[in-house]
Amino acid sequence: MTSYVSATEQDRREMLAAIGVESIDELFAGIPAALRLSGALALDRGLSEQEVYDELRALAARNTSTEEELSFLGAGMYDHYVPALIDSIILRSEFLTPYTPYQPEISQGGLQAMFEYQTAISELTGLPISNASVYEGPSAVGAAGYVAKLHNGRKRFVVSRGVHPHSRETLATLAHGWEMEVVEAPLSDGVTALPELGEDVSAVIVQQPNFLGAVEQLEPLASAAREAGALTICACDPLPLALLNPPGECGADIAVGEGQTLGNRLDFGGPSFGFFACTEELMRRMPGRIAGETRDVDGKRGFVLTLQTREQHIRRERATSNICTSQALNALAGVIYLSWLGRRGIVELAELMLQRTAYARERLAALEGVTLLHEQPVVREFAVELEAPVERVLHRCRERGVNPGYALGREYAEYPNGLLVAITERRTKAEIDLLADTLEAAIAAERSAVGARA
Amino acid sequence: MIGAADDQLTIFERSREGRRAFVAPALDVPERPLDELLPAHLRRAEPPKLPEVAEPEIVRHYNRLSKRNFDLDTGFYPLGSCTMKHNPKLHERVAALPGHAKLHPFQDPAHAQGALELMWRLQSALSEIAGLPHVSLQPSAGSHGELAGVLLTRAYHEDRGEHRTKVLTPDTAHGTNPATVTMAGYEVVKVGTDEQGNVDLDDLRSKTTDDVACLMLTNPSTVGLFEPGIEEIAKIMHGVGATLYYDGANLNAIMGICRPGDMGFDIVHFNLHKSFTQPHGGGGPGAGPIAVSDRIEPYLPRPQVVRRSASAGNGGGEHYYDLDYDRPKSIGRLRGFQGNYGVFVRSYAYIRSLGAEGLREVSEVAVLNANYLLALLREAGVAEYLPAAYDRICMHEFVLSGAPMKRELGIKTLDLAKRLLDHGVHPPTVYFPLIVDEALLIEPTETETKETLDHFAQIVAEILREAREDPEIARNAPYTTPVRRLDEATAARHPVVRQPL
Repeated sequence: MTSYVSATEQDRREMLAAIGVESIDELFAGIPAALRLSGALALDRGLSEQEVYDELRALAARNTSTEEELSFLGAGMYDHYVPALIDSIILRSEFLTPYTPYQPEISQGGLQAMFEYQTAISELTGLPISNASVYEGPSAVGAAGYVAKLHNGRKRFVVSRGVHPHSRETLATLAHGWEMEVVEAPLSDGVTALPELGEDVSAVIVQQPNFLGAVEQLEPLASAAREAGALTICACDPLPLALLNPPGECGADIAVGEGQTLGNRLDFGGPSFGFFACTEELMRRMPGRIAGETRDVDGKRGFVLTLQTREQHIRRERATSNICTSQALNALAGVIYLSWLGRRGIVELAELMLQRTAYARERLAALEGVTLLHEQPVVREFAVELEAPVERVLHRCRERGVNPGYALGREYAEYPNGLLVAITERRTKAEIDLLADTLEAAIAAERSAVGARA
Repeated sequence: MIGAADDQLTIFERSREGRRAFVAPALDVPERPLDELLPAHLRRAEPPKLPEVAEPEIVRHYNRLSKRNFDLDTGFYPLGSCTMKHNPKLHERVAALPGHAKLHPFQDPAHAQGALELMWRLQSALSEIAGLPHVSLQPSAGSHGELAGVLLTRAYHEDRGEHRTKVLTPDTAHGTNPATVTMAGYEVVKVGTDEQGNVDLDDLRSKTTDDVACLMLTNPSTVGLFEPGIEEIAKIMHGVGATLYYDGANLNAIMGICRPGDMGFDIVHFNLHKSFTQPHGGGGPGAGPIAVSDRIEPYLPRPQVVRRSASAGNGGGEHYYDLDYDRPKSIGRLRGFQGNYGVFVRSYAYIRSLGAEGLREVSEVAVLNANYLLALLREAGVAEYLPAAYDRICMHEFVLSGAPMKRELGIKTLDLAKRLLDHGVHPPTVYFPLIVDEALLIEPTETETKETLDHFAQIVAEILREAREDPEIARNAPYTTPVRRLDEATAARHPVVRQPL
């Protein structure tokens, strides 16, 4: 058994004597006897460090990572390259092991990093205020919905069908508790159809680019929302924002999103971070930590957690959110990554994805048995429909070491054989060509199998 | 913008046009005109003003920033209620294995059997520790687990055709409890604490009406005491059909000693970043799994990680692990994907390292350390100015009141905390719980040595001695930190929350 405890038998005797009790058991005498466990928990015995390593390595070996197959999976998390400097910084114990910076005098590193992060997110989204992170993407959409509820007290969310299914489901889970209704705005030719908005609409929620990869036209949606007195919430993907009109300049009141693509690894879905930016008007309803600049008593520049009267530890049941621990370390990775990309680099990265995605889209669309699901502009991801059962095609491709992407039919019954393909900067032309060849062969094999069965 | 010395510059202020770290891979596909791929009306007018800095300066900048942080690996961090215990180094190594770290969340379960099995085993271990049969790993932090728990309560009552409107929380509760209740659409009803520091049972009885949905309770409570009336409390709540929710913030006191499920709790959340050593990261990431009783199980979030019997075509091993979406009564999702898997890897490694015996030792020594420190402070003459709010055997943490210190010596709890910074230790939690005047909540954790506790007691005694002579010293502390006391009032009145560029 591994133990991280230092107390020796001698220590324990001395400490018990100082307390004035005979045994450790006596310290637990306040727990009613009927509740105290008589035996040990039914857990496997503790192991040495190397045994634990071996077990965890054996479990890892039974997963197929993006290093072990050619993966075009995206749909919310993406296989981007994470530069080496990120680990070298975020694994420093000074960033890895402190608590939330409640004592600013000894937390300037974390607080300043939050301030820098907020500045970078504000730049990307075109909105003046960013918090220091929320949990992750879909729950950030839920958190934005709560701000809208607090802001105008209306009863209904209108959510585009192009918003990530996990975001829509998370919002619906939370909205039930708020006694609010979530209605869906359908897609037309791959983008959100301008919905009818009544006076009971609290917020209109869209995603940029949407789940099918299409770039949405945000302005008409945002101005329609504004006219109806509703907020516009835009869930966005931060890397395409290097090229796209920022939501804040398109009239969005809140921009949120999944931060995994900013220097965080896939980790089977987490931990990553969610970002949350909004207008000045909504600042005091925002959830989560916010770092602010100030001075110390000697006039030196410093940073503190600010606007804390929004928060649960001060305001309790009147807080604007219950969030406490969020994702500070992941957000730190985010700001380091954005600094590494830099002003020009982020555009170059996004343009590379744009070009390769366009190439892949054209290449796949030319295949027998593949059609584009929509022809809207895309940046890193696009949707196609196969004229063959998609799950079976995926299975055939994976047997050849290629994972072509996400089968849309799981969440979109209207596209039973839809396939969502993501092209990050990790995927080269040669790999895209291999995808095309593999997919073509798999579709052909599947169609002839169906033909043979018929 | 505030003028700053070089060691206080932001990364944006280090930016110089033309510098760069990132180099894009070569364009290997035929280049097409930008306008053709992305019409101009969809494009932004100018790129986001991110910093332009080369790699050496980025590394130096953030390394320098790191040195302006105090951290657990460097010093004592007795921050009550936060369980700042050692974060084993093995955990970062195993979490970084590509099979864990580079696994896509939409990977087909057949190709993610190791991850799903790990999650299933973690669920089983947490279930055993909580004494409740079902676990969902999905929530991202303690407060997220609370929200899940209260929404589960709502779903449970609604499924029985009941409309309940109130949730009870003791006045000692963490702020997340009442904030969660509001976010879940309930009204908060506060329950008082008696003179011994326990839930006031008469007050509880008088407020437990049949429109109460749930009682949220932390046990041991935030004053570091085990509720002796817990069995009675459970009886009262279950008597009106309400659920009993266990806030797991203080689980570190009772692992392997007793179990929330046996106490009558229906829903428990764990803070994997407290009891199960996920590093706090300066404010996350964490994870807040929940364990529930049979009657709550149908409503758990989806998907659930399940173990199925192996059959032809799904693996070939004895068992097959899967994600179960077919949960018609589920409250739905609380976030994307399956939860903070990287945190699960670390906490699972911790549980495997310690086993049942080790987990029990954790709680035994956590409680021993707390009681020893309490005794030491009493002995060092500290108790005259900083008496224990409830002077009895505590669990893994205890509360002192700085009221006599403020009255006799003219220094507040805040001043003591700031003076501790000059001595190289992190202060305890201050001004919480709210029911104790000038409160200090001290949690040493099990991974601290006796010498560290001895040293801390000496420092506190020294600060009090110093204050007797000259209270101004503490009132103006700290002196040795990267910055001194900061103007938080102006920061809140005129918020500067991003850098103008």
